[in-house]
Amino acid sequence: MTLKKIAEILNAQWLCGQEDEDRETHSAFASDMMSDVLAFVKEDTLLLTGLVNGQSVRTCEMLDVPCVVFVRGKMPQPDVIDMAREIMLPAMVTPYSMFEVCGRLYEAGLPSVKLE
Amino acid sequence: MMIKDTYPVAAGDMTVAGDVSARIKRQMKRLGIPSDIMRRVSVCTYEAEINLVIHSMGGEIEFEITAEDIIVRSRDVGPGIPDISKAMTEGWSTASNEVRNMGFGAGMGLPNMKRNADEFSIESTVGVGTNIVMTFHI
Repeated sequence: MTLKKIAEILNAQWLCGQEDEDRETHSAFASDMMSDVLAFVKEDTLLLTGLVNGQSVRTCEMLDVPCVVFVRGKMPQPDVIDMAREIMLPAMVTPYSMFEVCGRLYEAGLPSVKLE
Repeated sequence: MMIKDTYPVAAGDMTVAGDVSARIKRQMKRLGIPSDIMRRVSVCTYEAEINLVIHSMGGEIEFEITAEDIIVRSRDVGPGIPDISKAMTEGWSTASNEVRNMGFGAGMGLPNMKRNADEFSIESTVGVGTNIVMTFHI
């Protein structure tokens, strides 16, 4: 699924990286705990999170995550958005709850990351 | 290609936690380390760095590349780990609520490191500190 389609489904606002909207992602993982993200996320996995501090961006950088979606309309501070821009991480914010975000993407055909 | 760098990690400041890991990752990228290895090394250095920030009184991360391996060593001065087997159990954590609010303290750090490294060893002395060595075959 392209990032462009994800943004449409989630009625999301781009924070940075919209130029990469044709990038594909093949699974998603939702968590506010970055240690869980580090344990389970594979490459090409979209991250859905309510954690809006710099650690969410750092975690994406470590894992080569293709895009981060901040849920519940939580807006990261400008320095966090700058950090994402600097490492060329596409980021968006959606007004929907984590539950609804997962439901909408799953219904549209985006599967969960496979847990080992 | 032989590289050995040591990076100090200060205790307590979550806002810069991950900076050392980001520098190490960029260095691996420049050197053309294969992406699977780079990813595993990055997860381990990041978890180690977070542990130094939240649990220790300060320490350092050493990053070494030899002809065959990448070796990451984490050394700290701190309280140590009284029961290592407990600390290696997924979900077991002594982190504070403040740390959890920052997205860590799920009790996955040490198990994550062990899972991602080809070789993992940990030594800890209560009241002195903790040493971790992780090796990744190139």
